[in-house]
Amino acid sequence: MSGSASSDACLEARHLVKDFRLRSGVKARTLHAVKEVSFTLEPGRTVALVGESGSGKSTIARMMAKLEAPTSGDVLLDGVPSATRGGALARYRRDVQMVFQDPFGSLNPFHTILHHLERPIRIHHPGLSSREVGHRAHELLERVQLTPSSRFAERRPHELSGGQRQRVAIARALAPGARFIVADEPVSMLDVSIRLGVLNLLADLQRQEHLGVLYITHDLATARHFSDEILVMYRGEIVERGPSDRVILDPRHEYTRTLLEAAADPDRLGLLRDEVRNGG
Amino acid sequence: MSLAPEPVLSARDVSIEYEVDPPVRAVRGASLTLHRGEILGLAGESGCGKTTLAYGLNRLLKAPALMTGGEVVFHDVSGRDVDVVGLDGEALRTYRWDKVSMVFQGSMNSLNPVMSVRRQLHDVFSTHRPGMRRGEREARSSELVQLVGVDPSRLSSFPHELSGGMRQRVMIAMALALDPQVMIMDEPTTALDVVVQRGIIREIMRLRERLGFAVIFITHDLPLLIEISDRIAIMLEGEIVEQGTAHDIYRTPQHPYTRRLLSSFPSLRGERGDFVRRGTTAQGGAA
Repeated sequence: MSGSASSDACLEARHLVKDFRLRSGVKARTLHAVKEVSFTLEPGRTVALVGESGSGKSTIARMMAKLEAPTSGDVLLDGVPSATRGGALARYRRDVQMVFQDPFGSLNPFHTILHHLERPIRIHHPGLSSREVGHRAHELLERVQLTPSSRFAERRPHELSGGQRQRVAIARALAPGARFIVADEPVSMLDVSIRLGVLNLLADLQRQEHLGVLYITHDLATARHFSDEILVMYRGEIVERGPSDRVILDPRHEYTRTLLEAAADPDRLGLLRDEVRNGG
Repeated sequence: MSLAPEPVLSARDVSIEYEVDPPVRAVRGASLTLHRGEILGLAGESGCGKTTLAYGLNRLLKAPALMTGGEVVFHDVSGRDVDVVGLDGEALRTYRWDKVSMVFQGSMNSLNPVMSVRRQLHDVFSTHRPGMRRGEREARSSELVQLVGVDPSRLSSFPHELSGGMRQRVMIAMALALDPQVMIMDEPTTALDVVVQRGIIREIMRLRERLGFAVIFITHDLPLLIEISDRIAIMLEGEIVEQGTAHDIYRTPQHPYTRRLLSSFPSLRGERGDFVRRGTTAQGGAA
């Protein structure tokens, strides 16, 4: 480990900007996908980033995971601007990992589950013996509740359900020893009845490992219950931020209200029908 | 409520099998009654057979799917009962779309990409209303798109020039074209953003008040169904395990699966679901 003081351990986005050049024929225009976004992830805390498609949420996730370079602005790990290449970038990736939305696309169908977990361990901890690597991989499987691990280790992704695959993806993200996890819609492709299970697992691991989590979603209900702080994004900007209960129960920004209004709420049963019936 | 509970579509003991090896019994003895003008929600998870059942009601099943038993009866507004299972040829053609129309899952991608919206709408009329004149078709088309909140100038557009929400609205306009008595909507808004989804749901509710069609609304989003439906049927592994008013399903669910499905959705404003943050063991305890 780099030995930085744990008190100021954090992952910070500072004035992140991302512009995309769009071309259509000879004309080109600039799309400002992310405009001056700043926030801080701390160990043991979850920050939710909510907004509609196209609001720039995923672009932020990709910049945090170093899959995309910001046009301007910085990503700071423990107060130090993060590297963009070489060994320093590899070390950054050991600390910051990503869980993708699609568990069907993020695992290689050619490799076994064990391989998916052993490889990041080998890359980030080259000193370990094969036995230690195997042992760690099995331990990870147990930790994401794929038990007994021997039953899952030699299988390939297509033999697992969506929920199980997403658990493997989480284990894979933890494998290098990550301290921060960027989870981009980690449950939206899963069946409804297993979503909470996967979120609960993520929350449990977060408490045990003291992880900092950036939870990206369009689902306000899970954002509220899963995270400590909510950032609401609209057209590349954070229009509202605050403690989750405050943002959901007492929204200040007009767009947050629109989003909340649009979320299904069974407690309002029949209201919409009465509203349109009375000429809404 | 002012709606008399008069049935418009009833299905009894419908069983549908996929004749593969081994055969998959996708729907097992499902019975449903849809009343005139009501919204019936059909909820269940992927693979529970809800889409297969909807296809069965509209006689859209393709091999290897086969309806192995049961009956589907359409009670026409004229008082005539139509045995849907026995329909074929011309009678089947007039039943589909004319009496019962359907908005398909991901249907915003089912518009023909090389035909303008106008031509696709006109197509419906030239097929089902051959007597209609060109001017009438045009007038009806622009009336329809206006009904769903799309500007008639967009009739000349091609699907790729419209946003997802607009394409979905065009699909709904198409489903409304022949004044059907029943509309089956299979996950009509799942692929859309929440705010757009809300707009379309409101539009559907508004049109139903105005035109009086009944809706079978299929989705896995139970909170949404509870909010908008009159009655809800819960499906599990091909069977309808519980049926009741939205109020009863929400307040007093009987079947354990209904309860499980309900508890899968954390409550937005209430406390239900806060165990995610607090930890499953220390429910309501130390955070």
